[in-house]
Amino acid sequence: MMAYVLRRLLYAIPILIGVNLLTFWLFFFVNSPDDMARMHLGMKRVTPAAIAQWKEARGFDKPLLLNREAAGVEKLTDTIFFRHSLRLFVFDFGRAEDNRDIRREIGERMGPSLAIALPSFLVGLLTYVSFALLLVFFRASYVDVWGVVLCVVLMSISTMFYVIGGQYLIGKLWSLVPISGYGDDGPGAIRFLLLPMAVGIAAAVGLRTRLYRTFFLEEINKDYVRTARAKGLNEWRVLFVHVLRNALIPILTGVVVVIPALFLGSLILESFFGIPGLGSYTIDAIHAQDFFVVRAMVFLGSVLYIVGLILTDISYMLVDPRVRLY
Amino acid sequence: MVPHILWTDVLIYLLLAVIAGFAVYASRHEHLRTPWRQVTRRPMAMGALVVLLAFVAVGLLDSVHYRPRLPGSATQTSSEVRSALDALLSPLRRRTEKTYSAPFATHAHGRETVLRPDGALARAYPRLLHGGAHLTDGESRLADILVKVATATGTVLLLWLPLAAWVAWRQRSPGDGWAGGWQRLWRGESELPWRTLLLTLVVLLAAIANLAWLSAYYHVLGTDQVGQDVLLKSLKSVRTGLVIGTLTTLVMLPFALFFGILAGYARGLIDDVIQYVYTTLSSIPDVLLIAAGVLSLQVYMAHHPETFDNVTTRADWRLLFLCLILGLTSWTGLCRLLRGEVLKLREADYVLAARSLGASHFAIMARHLLPNVMHIVLIAVVLDFSGLVLAEAVLSYIGVGVDPTMDSWGNMINGARLEMAREPMVWWTLGAAFLFMFTLVLAANLFADAVRDAFDPRLRR
Amino acid sequence: MATVLLLAVPVAIHAAWNDPYPAHEQGQNILYTAFRERPKHLDPARSYSSNEYDFIAQIYEPPFQYHYLKRPFQLVPLTASAMPVPVYLDRQGRPLPAGAPVASIAYSVYTIRIQPGIRYQPHPAFARDDRGVPRYHQLTAAELARIHTIGDFPHYGTRELVAADYVHQIKRLAHPRLHSPVLSVMQDYVVGLKDYAANLRREHARLNRKGRGPALDLERYPLKGVETIDRYTYRVTIHGKYPPLLYWMAMPFFAPMAPEVDRFFSQPGLRERNLTLDWYPVGTGPYMLTVNNPNRQMVLERNPHYRDERYPAQGEAGDRQRGLLADAGRRLPFIDRIVFSLEKENIPYWNKFLQGYYDRSVVPTESFDQAVRFTGSGDTDISDDMKVRGIHLRTSVATSTYYLGFNMLDPVVGGNNERARKLRRAISIAIDIEEQISIFRNGRGIAAQGPIPPGIFGYLPGCAGLNRYVYQCVRDAPQRRSLSEARRLLAEAGYPDGSDRRTGRPLLIYFDTPATGPAEKARFDWYAKQLARLNIQLVVRATDYNRFQEKMRKGDAQLFEWGWNADYPDPENFLFLLYGPNKKVGGEGENASNYDNPEFNRLFEQLKNLDDSPQRLHLIGQALEVARRDAPWIWGVHPRQYTLDHAWLHNAKPHQMANNTLKYLRLDPALRRERREAWNRPVRWPLVLVGGVLLAGLIPAVVLYRRRERSTAA
Repeated sequence: MMAYVLRRLLYAIPILIGVNLLTFWLFFFVNSPDDMARMHLGMKRVTPAAIAQWKEARGFDKPLLLNREAAGVEKLTDTIFFRHSLRLFVFDFGRAEDNRDIRREIGERMGPSLAIALPSFLVGLLTYVSFALLLVFFRASYVDVWGVVLCVVLMSISTMFYVIGGQYLIGKLWSLVPISGYGDDGPGAIRFLLLPMAVGIAAAVGLRTRLYRTFFLEEINKDYVRTARAKGLNEWRVLFVHVLRNALIPILTGVVVVIPALFLGSLILESFFGIPGLGSYTIDAIHAQDFFVVRAMVFLGSVLYIVGLILTDISYMLVDPRVRLY
Repeated sequence: MVPHILWTDVLIYLLLAVIAGFAVYASRHEHLRTPWRQVTRRPMAMGALVVLLAFVAVGLLDSVHYRPRLPGSATQTSSEVRSALDALLSPLRRRTEKTYSAPFATHAHGRETVLRPDGALARAYPRLLHGGAHLTDGESRLADILVKVATATGTVLLLWLPLAAWVAWRQRSPGDGWAGGWQRLWRGESELPWRTLLLTLVVLLAAIANLAWLSAYYHVLGTDQVGQDVLLKSLKSVRTGLVIGTLTTLVMLPFALFFGILAGYARGLIDDVIQYVYTTLSSIPDVLLIAAGVLSLQVYMAHHPETFDNVTTRADWRLLFLCLILGLTSWTGLCRLLRGEVLKLREADYVLAARSLGASHFAIMARHLLPNVMHIVLIAVVLDFSGLVLAEAVLSYIGVGVDPTMDSWGNMINGARLEMAREPMVWWTLGAAFLFMFTLVLAANLFADAVRDAFDPRLRR
Repeated sequence: MATVLLLAVPVAIHAAWNDPYPAHEQGQNILYTAFRERPKHLDPARSYSSNEYDFIAQIYEPPFQYHYLKRPFQLVPLTASAMPVPVYLDRQGRPLPAGAPVASIAYSVYTIRIQPGIRYQPHPAFARDDRGVPRYHQLTAAELARIHTIGDFPHYGTRELVAADYVHQIKRLAHPRLHSPVLSVMQDYVVGLKDYAANLRREHARLNRKGRGPALDLERYPLKGVETIDRYTYRVTIHGKYPPLLYWMAMPFFAPMAPEVDRFFSQPGLRERNLTLDWYPVGTGPYMLTVNNPNRQMVLERNPHYRDERYPAQGEAGDRQRGLLADAGRRLPFIDRIVFSLEKENIPYWNKFLQGYYDRSVVPTESFDQAVRFTGSGDTDISDDMKVRGIHLRTSVATSTYYLGFNMLDPVVGGNNERARKLRRAISIAIDIEEQISIFRNGRGIAAQGPIPPGIFGYLPGCAGLNRYVYQCVRDAPQRRSLSEARRLLAEAGYPDGSDRRTGRPLLIYFDTPATGPAEKARFDWYAKQLARLNIQLVVRATDYNRFQEKMRKGDAQLFEWGWNADYPDPENFLFLLYGPNKKVGGEGENASNYDNPEFNRLFEQLKNLDDSPQRLHLIGQALEVARRDAPWIWGVHPRQYTLDHAWLHNAKPHQMANNTLKYLRLDPALRRERREAWNRPVRWPLVLVGGVLLAGLIPAVVLYRRRERSTAA
């Protein structure tokens, strides 16, 4: 298995180089180094000399991909691409527009992102699975029919409405939780997380419940379930022991791929609720067109996605011994 | 007036042609006709279809563009691009207020400093220019609205009853008369779910009639900050939503189909390359890819101002580009599904037979593999639709959605976010966007469900 | 259900469930306020935006400050012992009398004496061991391993402020790595600064030829125009006469910087830990930055070494009645701690203010009617709702101007000829700024008659300062000229009824803006609506900020939005925006519309270095007349700022120029605590309701379950 993981990791390298090239091209097409300098130096009283200095200090006076003036290997290495893009592979993301070290910043922001994403993920999973089980238990009755209709209704509402509505009702009208913000003052800090969590879960509950319901239904029609039921097992037991265990395989393998991406946080929730995580970092970077940060986040996102894929394969193997990784 | 064709219009017409072609094709092939027939039997799906068609009609009306002639000139046209919908709704467009007003309001929402006759300044709610302008002081607004609602609804019912009667007449079984037909219809025993169809139709028609009748006198959904009718904005947003939901799939389909089938069929190096491309693309977080794409489009536009000489063209390009880039992020999933399916199919008997008969690779892919993966494509397309419509709102919030000058529900929601904090609250823009978006997405979801149930062989068991 | 249970948790900790601050801070003497954007630079040599000044103006102390209460704005000493009187010299260095003509003045010499005994905040850079050697100036990798923030250094020290620190900072303005935004202005004035900057650049390049070299030691390079005279005195020599220099010297650019702090932060290893002078200010001011987390919170704490500074004893007429002199003569600052929380969105910010979690707020447009009502006489006052809460309203007209500029290089709207002038004036009349203020600013602002905002010398209220090309005087108040007049001007310019007489094509005006937000669409629609009244079509080209800047630089725009915030309260700071040699295209200056009229330029050169006098006022009037006739801008809006303060906040008075005002504020924490609890009683019934609905939902489920059990049993 180690060999397999190793091979998959090696396979990740060309993918990451591809990602790198793509973002490099996209961002240098969008922002010329001059723009970046101007953005960086502020709005009032910027002189061309200051821009030239800035580019020089940052190494943006170099050619993009190939330095014809340099000698030997430096033809390739003394370029913006080499100096700014390939460093990502050692997680050296460089500095943001505000001159802060991006790696350090990402490290600081991962905590808040996880603080909201991980509980949402776990509580959410629990909620969706329980609702789905409930529907399956009452399958083909009006509880099931109207439950599914409710799911479709819930998933037809844009996330934006959940966020705006939740903040307005729970935060403003009812004063139940702080409207926005984030705290690290011990257990009380949970008050900041409740609303974004509830909103995040509510926004996904329709879609997920319905999806998991079909997984359970698929399982429940299988022969072994009929046999178990024929043996006179209690319906609850059948559901919980047999169906749940087997239906968890597609559910778990489906969610494993997103676990590493939890680090990246949620774009909308974080920026709406003022949580200083990676999601709001990304949004701010997009708004500010901070090339360095966006590129770092793209790279990190790709890495985590690939890790997620590998974890998925491994989890397949763990839950189902018949799957052999070659 | 001079017709003016936008790029998205072209693609919409193309899409219509594709759908028509597909319909003809499906009607000639039993294995496609059966599941479609199954879809038509589902009351919920047919009800949703009626609603969807209403949206599509609005969207299509809004896709016929022209430039009006300038007054007093035989050859010169205005640079402003209008659509058939604009022409239809021009009363709404003309009836703008100064700023916010609530639905059915007769007075402005906020107080303004007005000069009183005695020369003193006062803060008061000014009377609206158009909303409820026909009412004289002291006339009851509620009574007026009720009368109008009753008239509109009554008219629709009068028109609808003969239709329902005609359907019932058609439904009667040989032997029994009217009553039997009614009964069958009412109990939902007809082959097509006529009961649902007729009910949806009457509700829809009544809503349209009421809106049309009332909006001539009131701002039914209120007005926005610059006094534009919110109903107009919501209706103009329909096209944006539909375009994003459909064109995205249209532009990504050829790629997904070609590469998916090719990868599965050819295997080997080609498969590796295609897999590499889609893994690379799908490993980039969607939002970031979209952000990068939209930003680079803005650069292009800034460097070529002459190509984008008016607001509509600019917004249209951005919309199209957004579809392209959304397609770029979403084709990978379908491509992977297709590849997997083709990997299975290529070992099927009929494919092996065709190959041994010496059919060319292209012929095999086009004639044997493509038709047999169409159900996957169909399911993916209908399922993607609602997700894309919803995504538009989120992208607008992030700032990489459609052009800010374009009417879209995402832009409406995004603007309404700030209006929620007004005191007293301005809720109707958000409410209108919610209503329209929810109706469309719900209808699409219900319809997609039926399509999936009918076409997915796994569920057919 | 899980949510319901979890919601019960905070009850144990807070009386109000929605309190965003830690429980132990209740009742403390802490000011809570917000910041909108992450500050980019906290280095006084680089920082040049008001959101950064909110922090560093409390920390760094330039020699002068604005008087907190007096109006018009007046400079008073801060760390200096008195305001310096410049000595004018002729070309040969001989002193000239005070009233000497500007042309004869070759140099002005400012000798600034600072008060002795001022000490820096505690900081590790000042820490010395027993032998007097700086502890942390030779940091090793092992020592650095434990360091993550400045607070991780165990030892602190302080030092007395000396004149050399001011000199060091002026030298830093020329540092090639700092890119100070004022260098371009200052090098024209401060004697020798231009050569000094060039010299430093050369040295810097030499040191950094091979990778990142050692830091430049500015001590080693003397700057001719800035000298240390003795421990407490320094002297600045500038070319010619330039009275605004003193205003510049009240900005953080001229705050003291201790060279050892500079040396401390330039050690290798600190930058990698995000420990830079750009992030960790070190000053002598009333506050010091103790928590520096720009993602969430910045905290200023009272500087224990702060000198004895007192609340001013004099103010403007009416200040005593407003209670602004109640604390006269008391020692500053009053508040122990200032907590800035990051609050990007308007809505949470405003709501938290209403809940009492921020002590002050600007009035967002959206909530205007809730906060403010107009009294019968047209004045504004706080609304009754706010009055009940004890909130105070303070208004002031900002010393800034927002305008729509025409690009004078554009073939259609630009050019210094009668046709283009008429076209510009027609458009200026058509765009009804008064309506814009009413719709988009809720009446918060006054329509500009020229570039100079109220509160600045040269601004004349009422019909005296009227722009007669766009307005006429009706009953002693400016009234916008009629649309028919605009149409006539348009026809005279060659566009009868909005179409070009020569080609017959409709007139198209491109409007460039960097604003792409959702709220802007309404404004664009409005602009289009205004021009449509002249049958002119407006094409909005909204791009991102970079692209917009590029267009402006190249002169590709036609009509654009722009604004200017005063650096200092002098008309020169506004009129220079129209000065020809200061053009954006070619001159890389701030004249965004590239207006270049020789007559205006001549007048500007005459008036710019004069002291305020009737002669200057006359010249300003002439210059304004020229500019108004040419109409390079659609003179837009001088916004009016409305600030709200809670009842427990005292001594607040808006000041458009000063940023170091937090030291004057006083709080009543007990009152705040009481009000917060009263305003934030959680509404519990929704929780009960949600729980009840869930339970009620279970009943049919249970019934069904029973039935099913029975049927399987049977």
